[in-house]
Amino acid sequence: MTRVMPPQIAAARRALLLASVLTVVAFGPNGRIIAADAANSKVPSDAVLAAQADRVATAERISRPTLSIFDSKGQGGGSGVVISADGYAITNFHVTAPCGPAMKCGLSDGRLVDAVLVGLDLGGDVALIKLLGDGTFPTAELGDSDAARAGDWVFVAGNPFLLADDFRPSISYGIISGVHRYQYPSGTLLEYTDCLQTDAAVNPGNSGGPLFNADGQLIGINGRCSFEKRGRVNVGVGYAVSINQIKRFLSQLRSGRLVDHGALGATVSSNADHRVVVDDILEDSDVYRRGLRYGDELVSFANREISTANGLKNVLGTYPEGWRVPITYRRDGKHYEQIVRLAAAHREGELAALMESGPEKPGRDEHHPGRPDDKQPPKEEQAPPDKPESKQHAKKPAELPAEVAKYYEPRTGYANYWFNRYHQERVWNNFLARGDFAHTPWNWTIRAKTDANEDVEIQLAKDQGSIVMPSGKSLAAFSTSLGDSLSPPRSGGLLATLHLWQRLLVVGPRKSGDVYYFGTLPLPGQSEPADCLVGLSGGVETRFYFDPTEGDLVGIEMQATDDQDPCEIYFSDIRPEDGRRLPHHWLVRHGDETFADLKITGFEWHVAANADPADVERN
Amino acid sequence: MWPQMPIPPTWSAIDQGMNHTSSIIRWRVLSWAVVVLLTVAATSRAADNRASLAAVDRQSQVKIVKIYGAGGPRGLEAYQSGFLITSDGYVLTAWSYVLDTDDVAVVLDDGRRFSGKLIGADPLTEVAVLKIDAGADPLPHFDLAQSPEADVGACVLALSNLFSIAAGNEPSSILHGVVSAVAPLEARHGAFSANYRGDVYIVDAVINNPGSAGGALTDQQGRLLGMLGKELRGESTGTWLNYALPVAAFRNAADAMIAGRFAPKELTEAERPDKPLTLGALGIVLVPDVVPRTPPYVDRIVPDSPAAKAGLRPDDLVVTFDTQVVTSCQHVTKLLERYEQDAVIHVAVLRDGSMLEFTLQAAKTAERAKE
Repeated sequence: MTRVMPPQIAAARRALLLASVLTVVAFGPNGRIIAADAANSKVPSDAVLAAQADRVATAERISRPTLSIFDSKGQGGGSGVVISADGYAITNFHVTAPCGPAMKCGLSDGRLVDAVLVGLDLGGDVALIKLLGDGTFPTAELGDSDAARAGDWVFVAGNPFLLADDFRPSISYGIISGVHRYQYPSGTLLEYTDCLQTDAAVNPGNSGGPLFNADGQLIGINGRCSFEKRGRVNVGVGYAVSINQIKRFLSQLRSGRLVDHGALGATVSSNADHRVVVDDILEDSDVYRRGLRYGDELVSFANREISTANGLKNVLGTYPEGWRVPITYRRDGKHYEQIVRLAAAHREGELAALMESGPEKPGRDEHHPGRPDDKQPPKEEQAPPDKPESKQHAKKPAELPAEVAKYYEPRTGYANYWFNRYHQERVWNNFLARGDFAHTPWNWTIRAKTDANEDVEIQLAKDQGSIVMPSGKSLAAFSTSLGDSLSPPRSGGLLATLHLWQRLLVVGPRKSGDVYYFGTLPLPGQSEPADCLVGLSGGVETRFYFDPTEGDLVGIEMQATDDQDPCEIYFSDIRPEDGRRLPHHWLVRHGDETFADLKITGFEWHVAANADPADVERN
Repeated sequence: MWPQMPIPPTWSAIDQGMNHTSSIIRWRVLSWAVVVLLTVAATSRAADNRASLAAVDRQSQVKIVKIYGAGGPRGLEAYQSGFLITSDGYVLTAWSYVLDTDDVAVVLDDGRRFSGKLIGADPLTEVAVLKIDAGADPLPHFDLAQSPEADVGACVLALSNLFSIAAGNEPSSILHGVVSAVAPLEARHGAFSANYRGDVYIVDAVINNPGSAGGALTDQQGRLLGMLGKELRGESTGTWLNYALPVAAFRNAADAMIAGRFAPKELTEAERPDKPLTLGALGIVLVPDVVPRTPPYVDRIVPDSPAAKAGLRPDDLVVTFDTQVVTSCQHVTKLLERYEQDAVIHVAVLRDGSMLEFTLQAAKTAERAKE
């Protein structure tokens, strides 16, 4: 074994000599041994120089979208990364929590700009913020975190120990140490599911900052480290929320809401024979209605094979509430495949309460490298080093920087209601641009043919409706409690759903009860996730789906109670009729069944003889 | 002329026996050499910085095992790492309290779980060999006979189940680094010196975390270079070391253990403290030692003694001394001989079903009456 350390001081000279002539052997890629004489090492091979230049260029490129994040007084800090040219950026919830709705972000070109909180994923420790101000911002290219493998080279960018006075991020370089890691939550928050583990240095201040692959694509958000007896510094173990998880939550984060993770409605445990079986299931869950039962073996979830109970937690945690995922289960040797809809992981109001209390203290060995404890506030600041408390989250807009106050609207259950209102209006105006139903009277007659070419006639009035089908005639009264009259039978409430559709078209979302923008959700038959407005009126929850580019209303789901399947209508063949765009093909589904497949042959509307003119006014 | 490099605190731990000035000179020279080496190594590694090490990782991961055994109280993780060294199920790992149970579980990369039988342990290198019975199919393994030696500047990989991050068939963690130095180990574990004083690989990555012990250090071709050691601090500075035992340090011992002819060397007197700690100095009287494995129950506590001040009580069952699980009165007495008289000792005891921890320190000069 080569001993590079001479045992005697007298050898210092010899070591000096040794160093100058030492032949350096290092292993290059593909097992090639690169030998270089130290004296000639000033001239490395072209391949070495090219690789170095490539790495330097990548480091420069990934620096540009990387942010240093401070609270609105310029204190504290973490990191972040810009993902769109109009200034949306991702960071950790535990970075924004002490800042409240306003923060300041330093860019690598030296700019310091105001930013406003947009949306929060408390369970996944992710926050979406928006940089304010003119111009465009450099963006990171989103990669595919599921393609990352242990052993891949990666870059970490950010502001560890708040070193960057000029906001040029520090770059560390390492490898992926593990993929699909599960890290237990603190309470019900900050659970790291299916995360990436890296040995690239992640230190206090790196929180919320980007993890890039060797091509400079964003594959994760660094937010957690294993620390131990060596203190709050890197010990070669950092964890990043995967970008694929964040991509699924992104449109919901843009909604300004406190977004929630999905819940299956069933728990599983690993058997001695390595089978993962259902050990508890809620009878009012979608997965129960789709046929899963106690004792069934769960084979796959979201196309990932499930071999351990933790394996399910790992995948489930990467999906938002409302998402539909394929599952496979086995009973008596037979396979079943189903699409299940994920419920919310938290009860109503629970997330709002948790946001008020701020992120819980992490466990002993797991820490979120958010704010360096040992860093004094910047010298030019006179402020005492007291950290702003998350309680100040609900601080009055008057205390916010003027630029931020324009884009912030507090409301319980939201990170920032301003963005929800913005998207409600965007979706609705996009729809109206294709044809306005205002001043349309309430009395509609719709004629259709079933796929068996049989006649169907639907009558809708303001307070009642009817449908005549080959199977018979059904009536429904539209009271304040729409869930009481779910006719026709086995439709889940088609007439009530059509009433809510008509109501939305005629009076608009503002007059249709409580409405909020959910984000986008994948919808069967749609290539792009659809914009979703959720309406709460008549005692039922209704989801209206809009084509994100065309603006057309492409689907409605009305769910009367949690323990029933919704009535689903999928609209297609949408074309103008009498100056308004109307769907000419309706697929009506309830549970696992198609209730009706209708080709519309005629729309008619007429003012009822005794109609109050005010009824047709849209506000 | 030479770059002014500060002395890396971790490395200065291996600087024993040198006077200050000379070590600075030497460090400058060496640092410069290391900088040159690292630069060359780093750039050559980067010759294709997109060439993933994923294939090398996979090739090695199948040889890495997760080991679960004794432990539990704070600071005593009940897990560590190991790797297969033969196709018929011999596993090399670190000799530690984790193996101090009849119920050692060894989990292979594919998730299969086996009971591990302790074949032998070398108190000098603190290396142990376990045997699992995984059936007739040959297991993938590292070959101790074919292991190269690495020079300073070599790019290395460390594979282990640090922090017990992986479970079942989840792969262990892989970290990368560079051999910063090859130097004699001068370290201590808790209050007493590490037995092994030979050369080790000093690595620039944090490769000795909780649970890392027994993991593999390989080159970037996946060839075994050494075994990740237990968590140790440098003797002179107290900083945590990042090191691995070279295969040459344990190859013969491991072969002998497998062949069933291993005879561990007794520790020499020179390695014992001049003034060893005694139970009397702490004020602890254990129950009479009547059988070979008398459980170490406290019989009584001397009033005003360090043990009394710390809050130890009669009928407490001593479970650990520092990070060592103790099994008998004899074991306690023997362990204490390894500590200096004024060492700070962390003791965990079982009282009414709860594990309680105490910190004791005998007075430096006070000569307490022997009980």
